[in-house]
Amino acid sequence: MTDLSVDLGFLRLKNPVLTASGTFGYGVEFTPFVDLNKLGGFVVKGLYFHPRLGNPPPRLVETASGLINAIGLQGIGVKRFSEEILPRLKNYETALIVNVCGEDDEEYAAVVEYLDKQDGIAAYELNISCPNTKRDGRCPALSPETTYAVVDLVKKTSVRPIITKLSPNVTDIVEIALAAQEGGSDGIALANTYLAMAVDVEKRSPKLANVFGGLSGPAIKPLTLRMVFQVAQKVQIPIIGIGGIVSGNDALEYMIAGASAIEVGTANFVDPETTTKIIQDLEIHCRKAGIQSIEQIIGTLKV
Amino acid sequence: MHKEPKAPIIHKKTWGDYCLLGFQAERLAAEAQPGQFIMARPSDSLHPLLRRPISIHSVLDDSIEIYFQQTGIGTTLLGQKEKGDFLDIIGPLGKGFHLESSLQGKSVAIIGGGRGIAPLYFLAHRMRNLGAFPRIYYGGRTINDIPLRQKFEEEDFEILLSTDDGSFGFKGLVTALFQKSLQEFSPFRIFTCGPEAMMAKIAQIAHDKDISSEFSLEAIMGCGFGACWGCVRKLRKENEEEWSKICEEGPVFQGDQIIWEKEEL
Repeated sequence: MTDLSVDLGFLRLKNPVLTASGTFGYGVEFTPFVDLNKLGGFVVKGLYFHPRLGNPPPRLVETASGLINAIGLQGIGVKRFSEEILPRLKNYETALIVNVCGEDDEEYAAVVEYLDKQDGIAAYELNISCPNTKRDGRCPALSPETTYAVVDLVKKTSVRPIITKLSPNVTDIVEIALAAQEGGSDGIALANTYLAMAVDVEKRSPKLANVFGGLSGPAIKPLTLRMVFQVAQKVQIPIIGIGGIVSGNDALEYMIAGASAIEVGTANFVDPETTTKIIQDLEIHCRKAGIQSIEQIIGTLKV
Repeated sequence: MHKEPKAPIIHKKTWGDYCLLGFQAERLAAEAQPGQFIMARPSDSLHPLLRRPISIHSVLDDSIEIYFQQTGIGTTLLGQKEKGDFLDIIGPLGKGFHLESSLQGKSVAIIGGGRGIAPLYFLAHRMRNLGAFPRIYYGGRTINDIPLRQKFEEEDFEILLSTDDGSFGFKGLVTALFQKSLQEFSPFRIFTCGPEAMMAKIAQIAHDKDISSEFSLEAIMGCGFGACWGCVRKLRKENEEEWSKICEEGPVFQGDQIIWEKEEL
């Protein structure tokens, strides 16, 4: 019997398979397809303090093995989430992680303060890729200083562990990851989507109303995998790998490169049962390879 | 809602770009309502990646038919599938047309433009079963865009046809055909699916004549079941406008809920 559980230090997961924020709704949407109890955990859609309208459509465009989205973090806000969704999620025996957004550092802190009073949440994933209204739209994830500032602020008051989700749209991902660690982050989620666009040749216009969006899906897997490997060499806190994972093999690549757990994103749309299948794949792989605990493969890349 | 990863294709018919596929899917067939859709995976490979939303065209015992136009890489691949192949589908999804018993004995207009006829065949049958009197308006750019006309005729539906170029039936837009017919026809309700500009025009006519109307909207969708928030549209709700998910709240909406894009007709 293979032990698929992984210990993040601040949180023990029954297996390393989580879902990526924004691709799994509030969890409840997937109950016809997935037994949430089987997951290592799931990360719900990003929450601002107040409900948020999001961007005008078209919000999606498909590209080669990828998806560019500009949803604009439309959402119901912490209050409705706590009242309408949380009661439906509490009884699942899996780690519920809430993705936290903010237009400025104080909003992140306010969301966490509100959620701290609610039961049933295992950890927060700090989405520091949100455009920051007080910094000319630049998100905190783009520099070590702003990353440190928001992590430090939220960590000071949060009663729960913080996983900081970084943006890949930076020159040196390692210095940002180190800044998050310095600010007190308990873990690193690596990474968000890649800033991208697509053009309608007939109309000579962008295919997304927002012009730019974030690229996800299998197209980005090699890019983020590289970052996970680089960051894993330098940080001490656990890394959750996210980017283009569709199979057990993809998940194993990330774990060998240094991720302690992974999140499945866009693949949830392609096949809503992907997470369950990856867990099965991992079990089969470990059994065949004679691995007793999946933790044995984390960071074992032979260079 | 079910996921059926291997629904066997039992028949196929094509007319140029247009394709009709019938496949066995017992649980889906038992639940499907007119106006609902399925998400079909074009291929097992990772490109194209996403499933495609396709209207349910008809339900026969334990099988379902879909009718679609091959307009891009996804629908082209779906159209290349043959009898004996399998379809990976999720459905039935969304909320369909309202079929209430009060429609019994009433005349209703069912208006389809091009591939927009897809959900309306299913609807026409259910209307007939309900005891309503559906009159179908079916228009396309040319005779090649209205290949299902014979099927409606053979089944004794009252049907009026139009082509933009006059190659068959009334010459002009189906909206003009419909407007003209209102001199002698007063439907209790209008059901429409087709290009955006066509639906906007029908909505305007329905509004002017004070006829209730329902429209089936098309959108690019990520998931089809409410998780991605990619397929939104601005809807009028209690005098407020908000982005609503077409996949979950629709794809069928009341005419007075929809905010139409300002397009030249």
